[in-house]
Amino acid sequence: MTDAALESESKDILLNVNNIEVVYDDVILVLRGVSLNVPRGEIVTLLGPNGAGKSTTLKAISGLLSTEDGEITKGEVTYKGESIGNQDPAKIVRKGIFQVMEGRRIIEDMTVIENLRLGAFTRKDNQVNQDIELVFEYFPRLKERTGLAGYLSGGEQQMLAIGRAIMARPEMILLDEPSMGLSPLLVKEVFGIIKKINQEQGITMLLVEQNATMALKHSTYGYIMESGKVVMDGTSEELMNNNDVKEFYLGGGDGDRKSFKNLKSFKRRKRWL
Amino acid sequence: MNYELFTQLLVNGLIVGTLYGVVAMCFVLIYKSTQVVNFAQGEFLLIGAWVCWAFLVEYQLPFWLGFSLTLVFMMVFGVVLQVLVLRPMIGEPIISVIMLTIGLSITFQALMNWMFGVFAKPFPQVFEQESVVIFGLNVQTAYMMSLVISVVIMVGFYFFFKYSKMGLAMRATAFDQQVAQSLGISVKTVFAMAWAISAMVSALAGVVVGMVNGVSQALAFFGIKVFPAVILGGLDSIVGAIVGGIAIGVLENMAQFVDYEYLQWGNLYTIAPFYVMVIILMIKPYGLFGTKDIERI
Repeated sequence: MTDAALESESKDILLNVNNIEVVYDDVILVLRGVSLNVPRGEIVTLLGPNGAGKSTTLKAISGLLSTEDGEITKGEVTYKGESIGNQDPAKIVRKGIFQVMEGRRIIEDMTVIENLRLGAFTRKDNQVNQDIELVFEYFPRLKERTGLAGYLSGGEQQMLAIGRAIMARPEMILLDEPSMGLSPLLVKEVFGIIKKINQEQGITMLLVEQNATMALKHSTYGYIMESGKVVMDGTSEELMNNNDVKEFYLGGGDGDRKSFKNLKSFKRRKRWL
Repeated sequence: MNYELFTQLLVNGLIVGTLYGVVAMCFVLIYKSTQVVNFAQGEFLLIGAWVCWAFLVEYQLPFWLGFSLTLVFMMVFGVVLQVLVLRPMIGEPIISVIMLTIGLSITFQALMNWMFGVFAKPFPQVFEQESVVIFGLNVQTAYMMSLVISVVIMVGFYFFFKYSKMGLAMRATAFDQQVAQSLGISVKTVFAMAWAISAMVSALAGVVVGMVNGVSQALAFFGIKVFPAVILGGLDSIVGAIVGGIAIGVLENMAQFVDYEYLQWGNLYTIAPFYVMVIILMIKPYGLFGTKDIERI
């Protein structure tokens, strides 16, 4: 275990995943012993290639595995000292963990406000309208959209999905690929807001990303998964400076192992018009 | 042309149509939120009417009390039916679920015949006047009540699905069950609730029809009329159900007018809606307001 891991252990651990195995349809073993810690108030990121089991890990935490015929067969998920493995997703949301699923998944035939109010489904207090205003403060452009959510642009839909999560007033948000299908500028904007929400609202985040540079820049700790296992972990800085990580996930790497200088010759010189 | 008969039938058509619309709405509610095609919708009317009849005649309760108790009974009935019979069928092939609801329909009809007999029994008179005269037209008081109740139900549905938390949750579940669960909505509760509301509102329609025609097995036929209505409107559209219901009600009565005035066949009004259903299925299989990519049976 690295020093950083030891250090994080002494912190206030909000969520602990201990050596879980996940099986889909009773036969397909997807996670083969995944362990991770998420300290309170921080952003932890989960990186890895397609099919490594990142999304499955999130679903194992949020309980949504059961909607896809998956099951945690071994190990434990502990949230605030309480075991929540294989529980009903509705129960886990009430405990304070909210998952923003991959691909936004907003309710397209409802308006922005209706989507936001749905986010607050589990709440019983009457400050929902105030929180809608709060979401509009983070995402001012959502306020102008009065039509159906299905007509929003990709970026706006992602913002709505994150806003919907804030509406639940969770202690922890599981974010599955917020940058999916967004332009680089939008990715920057969305990540900036995620960081801001994390700091201002004190919401702990577990982030799954393909855009490793962005994710590491905004998080404090990172895990790298490959084929159902955590193969590396460390503080985001450590990971960013690690040569293997650089080569596999960040582009570049040390020296001229992979140089993009030559690519210049492919640049189109001529134009048709 | 007999204008008096024409307008009379037109008004009747509109009133019966709104009633069809309400029952169709209940059918669509179940289909939309739980993906079950409920062939036992007509039996909800039948059971509701018989239960209300029993409260009023056998137990001699005053109308409004018996009526309210019927609604409570049907709500519980809907939940129990969903939990005991339909919940275990989640994830089973659609054809199994259809066979199950057809089975339920036969069972309930037989059960009602066994308990209450096969002959039509009249409802105790609820209103002092059998019918009222509006703009020179004779309208049964019960039909007037049904019109008012239907409109109230429709408006109620609108506000329920637009503004209430549970209504939004039901819409979300209809749209995407996994997302609904990720928001903390219990899909099981939503399913039970859909059946409860559907059974309750259908029973209401059953009582109204029973008040006019007497309670008998014929009430279940009302449920069959729902199919032309929902297929015209689109299987998964609440608005479509209302429009379809009214259209079928008017069409039925216009068919009766044509039949009475010109053809003298004597039964055109019973079959006309089904002709329309066949034609709609041929030229516009998704109905007027239906979603194109939903599964058809």
